[in-house]
Amino acid sequence: MISNRPITVAQMKAGERGRVIQITGGHGLVRRLEAMGIRPGKQITKVSSMLMRGPVTIQVNEAQLALGFGVARRILVELESK
Amino acid sequence: MKILLMGNPNVGKSAFFSRLTGVRVIVSNYPGTTVEFTKGYLKLGEEMAEVIDVPGTYTLEPTSKAEEVATEMLKDGDLVIDVVDATNLERNLFLTMQLLERDIPVIVALNVWDDTKHRGIDINVKKLEQLLGVPVVPTVAVTGEGMKELVSRIHEAASPPVSHRTRDERWAAVGRIVEQVQTVTHRHHTWLEHLGDASVKPFPGIPIAVLVLLTSFMIIRFIGESLIVYISGPLFNNLWAPLMMRLSEFLGSGGFLHDILVGKLISGEIDFTQSFGILTTGLFIPFGVVLPYVLAFYLVLGFLEDLGYLPRLAVLLDTLMHRLGMHGYAIIPTLLGLGCNVPGILATRILESKRERFIVATLISIAVPCAALQAMVIGLVGGEGWHYVAIVYGTLFVVWIILGLILNLTVKGFSPELLIEIPPYRLPSPRILASKLWMRILGFLKEAIPIVMLGMFVITILYALNVFDYIANFAAPVVSGLLGLPREATAALVIGFLRKDMAVGMLGTLSLSANQLVIGSVVLAMFFPCIASFVVLARELRLKGMLAATGIMIVASLVVGSLLNLIL
Repeated sequence: MISNRPITVAQMKAGERGRVIQITGGHGLVRRLEAMGIRPGKQITKVSSMLMRGPVTIQVNEAQLALGFGVARRILVELESK
Repeated sequence: MKILLMGNPNVGKSAFFSRLTGVRVIVSNYPGTTVEFTKGYLKLGEEMAEVIDVPGTYTLEPTSKAEEVATEMLKDGDLVIDVVDATNLERNLFLTMQLLERDIPVIVALNVWDDTKHRGIDINVKKLEQLLGVPVVPTVAVTGEGMKELVSRIHEAASPPVSHRTRDERWAAVGRIVEQVQTVTHRHHTWLEHLGDASVKPFPGIPIAVLVLLTSFMIIRFIGESLIVYISGPLFNNLWAPLMMRLSEFLGSGGFLHDILVGKLISGEIDFTQSFGILTTGLFIPFGVVLPYVLAFYLVLGFLEDLGYLPRLAVLLDTLMHRLGMHGYAIIPTLLGLGCNVPGILATRILESKRERFIVATLISIAVPCAALQAMVIGLVGGEGWHYVAIVYGTLFVVWIILGLILNLTVKGFSPELLIEIPPYRLPSPRILASKLWMRILGFLKEAIPIVMLGMFVITILYALNVFDYIANFAAPVVSGLLGLPREATAALVIGFLRKDMAVGMLGTLSLSANQLVIGSVVLAMFFPCIASFVVLARELRLKGMLAATGIMIVASLVVGSLLNLIL
């Protein structure tokens, strides 16, 4: 088994699934993301990303959220093996 | 009694509110429309209870302005109806947990209940009720299902003792509850969901966006033109014109009062586009030409809103918008501005930073033509050929981009990152579309009628007093020298301050060349906002911001007008 090195949501490819392990950001961002359903332990799926460091769309439970590239870079996930 | 309607953004709370109180409010599919709260009344037995639609919030530990307002409002309430999106139980229950910790009775509405079935979500309502310790009623606000039961159970609302106090404890409690009451069965994507995912990908999302915008424009034009040709035109020509002719005869076919009310007769007849009387052109332009287009525009916009397309457009455009000092979400006020600048500028409140609000509002008032102006431009310039209309739109679009780039480089501060929820596509309900359209048309009429009347009145008086000749002399070097327009066009530019549609109408009477019409239309669109948007701009940006915006406007419109004069 290859050990899953954590990557950021920005680095994920569309269609990949992962588990959030950490949010590296200020208290405000962590709280905001948490209230929107993104917190350590949650499983998320990347839906799409726009070109040129554009926003990233992810699926958390039944909701889809669009995050700016800078925010997506602060969310660390562990990819799930398919 | 004061009842608070609370819940996450985008759970159908506004539709819920209008069902509950019967008041028609604007409801939409994108988060954040309820920045200002709405109030209504509900009859509970003998008592009239006040119902307050609190801005959508994810948490009671505020992370934004709207959430601060929501948390503040909670202090004055007597009871909370917690509107929960049944298809997104976990996240929604986090707020419910926080509400239960407060010393206020709560009743939960499990809204969007109809969607749970085809999403493969099964919720045990009885069990949920038991675990939360408050009444839980499944509802579908859009159709009204479950609303009666909810109202009949309001008196059962409770404030049970809870053990969770910290965020981790709350999430743990939510986790336990969800595990016990909800089962999700795997199912395949519906076609709407496939379409939803496709439209936030660069491909085919961008081609889809181009297609959607072009189609929207064509539908708006088709509906607008059809309404004018088949309804408003015949009404004015066949019913109103004979009446006005009789009034004209009664007033002696001339004189001061005649010129104010009926205007000038064009070869013995009333010409609704050229007579310029309060009761002729003054009524024809807003009701005969502009209203059909405004109606068509808001119908299409309402459809896109309720479908849930706009947040996706925001995602697609975010990268571009960031270069212009905004984030993707700013496309929503910008699109609203295409209907009327006033609601567009007001909608900049959904943006978080002051800098972004300034940039968006300034760009709207300069480079986003309202439906009234567009209707007149299409009518007037379109007569010369479609490519001229394209030049007007193209120029304004380029101005929007270049000015945005400049403002992004020069205005201090930073623009926050995009962080929004993308609602699932939902087929809009005709009832809600109709009521929203009605609200917006009513708003437009309330804004338009007094100002049109006042504008026409002022214009006619100024005409009678020869004031325009004086101004024309004064401004002639700029108007004819830089812009290449005849000096008579000065009057139209001045009138643009009162009503832009009326001003374009005046350009139509000057027998200008096609190029001059293009220049006149562009300058009118950019130069000074109409008085209504001016007032709103001053209110939203404060005096300093408004003055800055106005300065940019005057310089930009003269530069662009002169450039067009050189190129064309």
